[in-house]
Amino acid sequence: MTQQPEFTTSGAMVEALDVRKSFGAHEVLKGINLTIRKGEVVCLLGPSGSGKSTFLRCINHLERMSGGRILVDGHLIGYNERHGLLYEMSGKELARQRQDIGMVFQRFNLFAHHDVLTNISQAPMLIRGQSREQAFSRARELLKLVDLEGREDAYPYQLSGGQQQRVAIARALAMNPKLMLFDEPTSALDPELVGEVLAVMRKLAADGMTMLVVTHELAFAREVADRVIFMDQGVVVEEGPARQVIDAPQHERTKTFLRRMH
Amino acid sequence: MSEQRIIPARNWGQWVIAILLIAIVGFLLAMVIMSRHITWSAIPQYLFDETILEGIKLTILFTVLSMLISIVAGGVLAMMRLSPNAIVSGFASLYIWFFRGTPLLVQIIFWFNIQLFIPSIDIGSIHFDTNSIITAFVAALLALSLNEAAYMAEIMRGGLMAVDSGQQEAAKALGYTPTQSMLRIIFPQALRVIIPPIGNQTISMLKTTSLVSVVAAQDLLTRAQNIYAKNFLIIELLIVASIWYLVMTTVASSLQYVIERRLGRSTSDAPMAWRAALRLLRAEGSNG
Repeated sequence: MTQQPEFTTSGAMVEALDVRKSFGAHEVLKGINLTIRKGEVVCLLGPSGSGKSTFLRCINHLERMSGGRILVDGHLIGYNERHGLLYEMSGKELARQRQDIGMVFQRFNLFAHHDVLTNISQAPMLIRGQSREQAFSRARELLKLVDLEGREDAYPYQLSGGQQQRVAIARALAMNPKLMLFDEPTSALDPELVGEVLAVMRKLAADGMTMLVVTHELAFAREVADRVIFMDQGVVVEEGPARQVIDAPQHERTKTFLRRMH
Repeated sequence: MSEQRIIPARNWGQWVIAILLIAIVGFLLAMVIMSRHITWSAIPQYLFDETILEGIKLTILFTVLSMLISIVAGGVLAMMRLSPNAIVSGFASLYIWFFRGTPLLVQIIFWFNIQLFIPSIDIGSIHFDTNSIITAFVAALLALSLNEAAYMAEIMRGGLMAVDSGQQEAAKALGYTPTQSMLRIIFPQALRVIIPPIGNQTISMLKTTSLVSVVAAQDLLTRAQNIYAKNFLIIELLIVASIWYLVMTTVASSLQYVIERRLGRSTSDAPMAWRAALRLLRAEGSNG
């Protein structure tokens, strides 16, 4: 069922080639190959410790790979290639690449000393050079999108987890990224707050955003994802259309995992 | 049962100690007050003496300047200490080890006598006599600042490390450069942790400056010593100096209390703390 990733096709947003990562002697990623097309929503499933989050963090070079390469929109991430060698980028160069890749974290990571409006508008002003008016009006638009109109002045500690995560999504979107990475966005939330965050992500998917989502929410994956990738022990075990992988898994490890999830 | 009278436990031991304390303090006070060897009239006479007031000015100047210099130098050292480069962080560690490991008094005397092994400084055709540059004032300021910077570095490192690593990751992921992330995200949040100990260090510095009297740097204690060297009113002038040190530390402590109350200590007060810190920085900037 696994298809060979097609490289250097213009339709690909993310291309990963033999991505490897070790922490000391422990190999977390054992050669990941995958392609995510523009506009595609892909969910990354798998037991904890399977390397899903580590892989996601390699895509914006929050994690340094041990081997392989990742291209986002055709650009090699984290390295400059010269004379057949990979030179790791400087902090400034990395920052430039990350501007176009939005990321949402499990623990929200809103800036604790900034109110909601500043959380969303600081990066567009500071990094994109937007005017205050421009950045503020865009921030208000995004707050409407995530259903938090009128909460501009709130500080993160005054918001529930679900609200904080929705602000975090708005903050990432304010940079107009071409790709959104979600690292278990609902895992730190109380069960009754999961729905409001998934609703915002559903809207994003419907708007055509390219999304890679590490999640344990099978129902969400089944309904929203175009494709599901199942990882275990650092390798891609199975991938395919969401319903096919979730409802009729081919591989034994996938079946075991899904049985435990239901 | 509710009518029952309740007699709280009486802690007789505490009472005995309290009475003993009153007796001891009373005895000591009486001894000082009734002493015929203290010229009491000298105290009000010298309390507002011009020389003494000049000394206070210098003590405050030493405190403010050495704190400002050490805050900047300490910040740089803290960031060096956290650097991934082993030599850069090693240098910071060495600096902190050395300046915390040798007595401040020795450092003051050392700087004052530096011309003994560096008699002059020659940069190209420009020639300086070390003695003309390193005056008692400069030696004292240098010693206080360089020593304090070592302590400040550790305070700031603690503050920087107290900021959740997720904050930096979020800034990175949004495309902040390392400098932007430090200035806009990490440092402002570290301030909440850094400011209370800086207050303690400032209060401590007010008293520590008296050590520079060994090089006659004209601070409050130097002036008091100069006066009693002539008239032998040693205890009287030490009392005058002590009164002024107490006034300065009391004022500084109440300032610190006000600032810390505004800062708060819980995470929920973080934004308020940030605004208070900003106000503080602006106020400091306009004074300096």
